[in-house]
Amino acid sequence: MNFIYDRLLGGKNGMIGIAILAALIFIVLPIGLDLFRLNMVGKYLTYAFAAVSLVLLWGYGGILSLGQGIFFGLGGYSMAMFLKLEASSPENTAIQSTPGIPDFMDWNQLTELPWFWQPFDNFGITLIAVILVPTVFAFIIGYSMFKRRVGGVYFAIITQIIAVILTVLIVGQQGYTGGINGITDLRTLHGWDIRTDSAKYILYFINAILLFAVIFLSRYILTSKFGRLLLAMKDKEDRVRFSGYDVSNFKIFVFVLSAVISSIGGAMFTLQVGFMSPSFVGIVPSIEMVIFAAVGGRMSLIGVVYGTLLVNYGKTVFSETLPEVWLFLMGGLFIAVVMFFPNGLAGLWEKHGNKLTACIKNRQCVIAVKAFIENKRAKKAPATSE
Amino acid sequence: MGDYTTQELLSIFAMQGFAGFSLFSVLLLMALGLAIIFGQMGVINMAHGEFMAVGAYTTYLMSAVSEKYFPGFIQYYFVFAIVFSFLIAGLLGYLAEFALIRHLYKRPLDTLLATWGLSLIMQQTFRSVFGAREVSPTLPDWLLGSYQPTDTIDIPLNGLFVLALTAIVTLGVFILMYRSSWGLRVRATTQNRVMSGAVGINTKKIDRLTFALGCGIAGIAGAAFTTIASTGPTTGSLYIVDTFMVVVFGGAGSLFGTIASAFSIAQAQSILEFFISGSMAKVMTLLTIVIFLMMRPEGLFSIKVRK
Repeated sequence: MNFIYDRLLGGKNGMIGIAILAALIFIVLPIGLDLFRLNMVGKYLTYAFAAVSLVLLWGYGGILSLGQGIFFGLGGYSMAMFLKLEASSPENTAIQSTPGIPDFMDWNQLTELPWFWQPFDNFGITLIAVILVPTVFAFIIGYSMFKRRVGGVYFAIITQIIAVILTVLIVGQQGYTGGINGITDLRTLHGWDIRTDSAKYILYFINAILLFAVIFLSRYILTSKFGRLLLAMKDKEDRVRFSGYDVSNFKIFVFVLSAVISSIGGAMFTLQVGFMSPSFVGIVPSIEMVIFAAVGGRMSLIGVVYGTLLVNYGKTVFSETLPEVWLFLMGGLFIAVVMFFPNGLAGLWEKHGNKLTACIKNRQCVIAVKAFIENKRAKKAPATSE
Repeated sequence: MGDYTTQELLSIFAMQGFAGFSLFSVLLLMALGLAIIFGQMGVINMAHGEFMAVGAYTTYLMSAVSEKYFPGFIQYYFVFAIVFSFLIAGLLGYLAEFALIRHLYKRPLDTLLATWGLSLIMQQTFRSVFGAREVSPTLPDWLLGSYQPTDTIDIPLNGLFVLALTAIVTLGVFILMYRSSWGLRVRATTQNRVMSGAVGINTKKIDRLTFALGCGIAGIAGAAFTTIASTGPTTGSLYIVDTFMVVVFGGAGSLFGTIASAFSIAQAQSILEFFISGSMAKVMTLLTIVIFLMMRPEGLFSIKVRK
């Protein structure tokens, strides 16, 4: 019991934080929003996976990856390939010159399914691929970089280049990947129509449960000895190395873990949104994921979920009403977070939250506000008499 | 390749090679500025592409103004445009360093995020002021046309001009960084900031001027860019990753490495582009470089810096 209470829930404060977030995601939002908006929240929550993965990697590990979009995309594309194969059964695609292959392949004069698509007609293998493909990918990148002690800025730039490569490859190889439009027109999962209202609700809740599972797993890891070593590495990497730990192995592990978490988010994205395209893979989405984490607080697993929801909410609202303003705001947000509150929303809450709760409890707010108003009046009075 | 005669193949290589030179020039001009900012100062300036766009838009603006008010000036404005691009981009860089970068020297990863924010703001400013459409200045007559050494080879004059400009700027940077007392101070500050301060170098002033110089060179890159392609609000961001790659591949802090790396990346991409599709040429080039950097993280040429 103590294990669950102290480590997973994070004591009294951590439990309150989790309870509030759970109430918001499981009760308030599903009741308060119509299905269209809820589906949107579900989409944002899939980005929260990437944000949580960045807490592990960047917040605690001090390794900034500008390539979380790669892994988000790998997961998303794995799922999309499975769904696309199911959607292009020979009966559905009878009008094509080669029935049974996805429509975009037919448009690009392909006559048979490429080898790397073939495993994806099995749901079990697809689920394994969602975990395994990013693992292998991240391991290769991580191994070759961290073993040579490449880190910091160089790592960020190289992950960014890899994100560019993957995007250019997906866009360029239209016949194999669906090109710039991505893999669209996804319908059913084992005959279960994912576009119906009930399916959308179910997928939203599956997504939310998975997100909480990932948060608990991350918290378990961060409160273990590994988490403490991670923090130590971030501050004084050499000392950890001289104490006899193999720093690069820890880094590889945390990078692979963060890749898998992002990939799960990507797979859930495809299921909820019904398509996957290269615009969720490249540089811009990858950096946006970093800003979600930065706004929420790079050290807080709960904070980044709020950060993701808030930034995306802002993005949606502004791009619907004032699209010109949005980039200014987004840019300002980047600068403000870095310059003025590097620990994000969570940092602000930690700093002022206690005061706020104490204030509400003791009715000190009322007194403070009254004093403030009095003060203003007192200042104003001589000014008018002069 | 079998369909071409040797003569034609040579011409293709010459012309694609020259197209590669144009790409090389822009990449190198961009990378020179970034090599100073990133290589010397260690600042990751994600807004570097936008400083290039500032130069490009300055050139466009000067072209539009001289076309409308001083039609006789149109043959000469371009030379002034290069100078103004340098000055305006440099001034903006100076301000950016003062307002933003100098607070973040100890947090390189945060600089990356802050300058990305700056780049978003600059992009939207371009879009609001100049519109989302791509613009290009009216080029003076002496930049149009081409030079034909043989029947099958056709080399555009604007490419030759940009190449010459690049050579001059590169030489200027070399003299400034390696043959002047100011350059000595910049390099001293890079290698040991505390010690440089102790011997009386005003490191803060050096930082600010170095950053401004890097941005100014990006401005020149922008002016050169307008002779090759048209400029849109997101033009800068298209080149930023390539530019970083040039600097990292060449080895941060090495001028010669930057030149060699810009040359090989541009040539590889340009010659490959003729034989396989453009996107695959890009993938192959990038992939080769990533694999190379995984084997040899310090890049082609590296100087030893005690950290």
